[in-house]
Amino acid sequence: MAAKKYEAGVKEYRQTYWMPEYAPLDSDILACFKITPQAGVDREEAAAAVAAESSTGTWTTVWTDLLTDLDYYKGRAYRIEDVPGDDTCFYAFVAYPIDLFEEGSVVNVFTSLVGNVFGFKAIRALRLEDVRFPLHYVKTCGGPPHGIQVERDKMNKYGRPMLGCTIKPKLGLSAKNYGRAVYECLRGGLDFTKDDENVNSQPFMRWRDRFLFVADAIHTAEAETGERKGHYLNVTAPTAEDMLERAEFAKELDMPIVMHDFLTGGFTANTSLANWCRKNGVLLHIHRAMHAVLDRNPHHGIHFRVLTKALRLSGGDHLHSGTVVGKLEGDRNATLGWIDLMRESFIPEDRSRGIMFDQDWGSMPGVIPVASGGIHVWHMPALVNIFGDDSVLQFGGGTLGHPWGNAAGAAANRVALEACVEARNEGRELEREGKEILTNAAKDSPELKIAMETWKEIKFEFDTVDKLDVVNR
Amino acid sequence: MAEIQDYISTPKYETFSYLPPMSPEKLRRQISYLINQGWNPGIEHVEPARASAYFWYMWKLPMFGEQSVDVVLSELEACHRAHPNHHVRLLGYDNYSQSLGTSFVVFRGR
Repeated sequence: MAAKKYEAGVKEYRQTYWMPEYAPLDSDILACFKITPQAGVDREEAAAAVAAESSTGTWTTVWTDLLTDLDYYKGRAYRIEDVPGDDTCFYAFVAYPIDLFEEGSVVNVFTSLVGNVFGFKAIRALRLEDVRFPLHYVKTCGGPPHGIQVERDKMNKYGRPMLGCTIKPKLGLSAKNYGRAVYECLRGGLDFTKDDENVNSQPFMRWRDRFLFVADAIHTAEAETGERKGHYLNVTAPTAEDMLERAEFAKELDMPIVMHDFLTGGFTANTSLANWCRKNGVLLHIHRAMHAVLDRNPHHGIHFRVLTKALRLSGGDHLHSGTVVGKLEGDRNATLGWIDLMRESFIPEDRSRGIMFDQDWGSMPGVIPVASGGIHVWHMPALVNIFGDDSVLQFGGGTLGHPWGNAAGAAANRVALEACVEARNEGRELEREGKEILTNAAKDSPELKIAMETWKEIKFEFDTVDKLDVVNR
Repeated sequence: MAEIQDYISTPKYETFSYLPPMSPEKLRRQISYLINQGWNPGIEHVEPARASAYFWYMWKLPMFGEQSVDVVLSELEACHRAHPNHHVRLLGYDNYSQSLGTSFVVFRGR
């Protein structure tokens, strides 16, 4: 088949990489990019350029192209769509053959998909909106070390969301004072407390000291309440070796869960830690520092639903999802979309939630979404309604800021949570009857009553910057 | 400082143990929710001293496919009568998630 001759020079990308007639294979990795082209670059050429630069192409023809079957390996731009309400950009759909990627490597997939192409000159801005990982690829990844059901069984928590709290101030506490704050929260009724993401092993509190005092706090609170407790011990570290050393020590102390920052720590470290956790029976909580750098700009970067998929493949039992109702960014429908992507086995395409492809996870375990940031007891009815039982609701200031202290704050949250779950099960509408449900529960809980008086007026009503395209403008 | 109240920890029993004991009517509604979710009711009991164990004694077998709130309620009461000093909890087996949809203590032992 000596059909092709070598001709040096620059060819239009569209000749090779724009294939509107292509029917994607079940095994292809599919990507939807939102492209804002430079003036004068037409859509097909821009889409083809993105397909080329994120797969086999380079700016000029090279003779070694002819030593392989490029038509087999190339990415193909196969569809272009308008972005509803925004004519500065358009969606380009690209199909990549599965053989372009190393098995089980989130790192390798993203090095291609969001590599050099994002700095490409013909494109003014580029955003990766969604990626369809075929089941063929999903099966090569380890995924969450345990998943939702195993975590429930290990922690003995059923029929309700779990409750957490990030210990504050986030920096500067000594290990013993920090352990005190943990103990107070847990004995008051929380299931989990959490290291702040910034807490690694600083001079004011080295990791080993923190782990020892926290372990004591957990064991004491468990003995006192009879309930299982955990603290997300942050093992994020300067090197992967340090990270694993910290994880090993947490396990020695019989701690049920450790924590990692998957974006700043990196996908490689995260996948190694997830594998370690699976092997050692330790749950893995995942924080997402740096995500807003990547996902907040509606025209450039990587959408959080894609980062969610990357994490589910790389591995984590919890992932921060945004709260919808608190102080941090988050559109309700989009959030519901990526919560489904964390927990469900099959998620159908749903443009009203920004989901561009069907996603089949097969038997891969689910990730528990963690709602954290600026929430307090008054948000409880909405949170239980939005997140359902398979979630962790985290009240930082909403626990520690209670006028009577952490234990009372924790108890207030626990009473509010259980009252909402009980009411939901009775068929009541939480978001409409929330005030009545909480007020009624507060009759038997002075802690909740004070909490409701303390936080009554706080609201966060800034508009979201990154809205779903269907509601832009 | 005077208005600050001390918080005293007491033993708890996971879900719903921070609420006052359920009235019979409220309990009926929770059982009804469990059945409507398609879960299979089950009952377990244990001596309070062994409450932190994962495995409690099963009361008979899970009531697969049971649709009657009254039947579940009468089994709970029968278990309580037979083991008046034990904790008695109601479970909802979810055979799709292969986990429990819910679990809460109905009678607290001594």
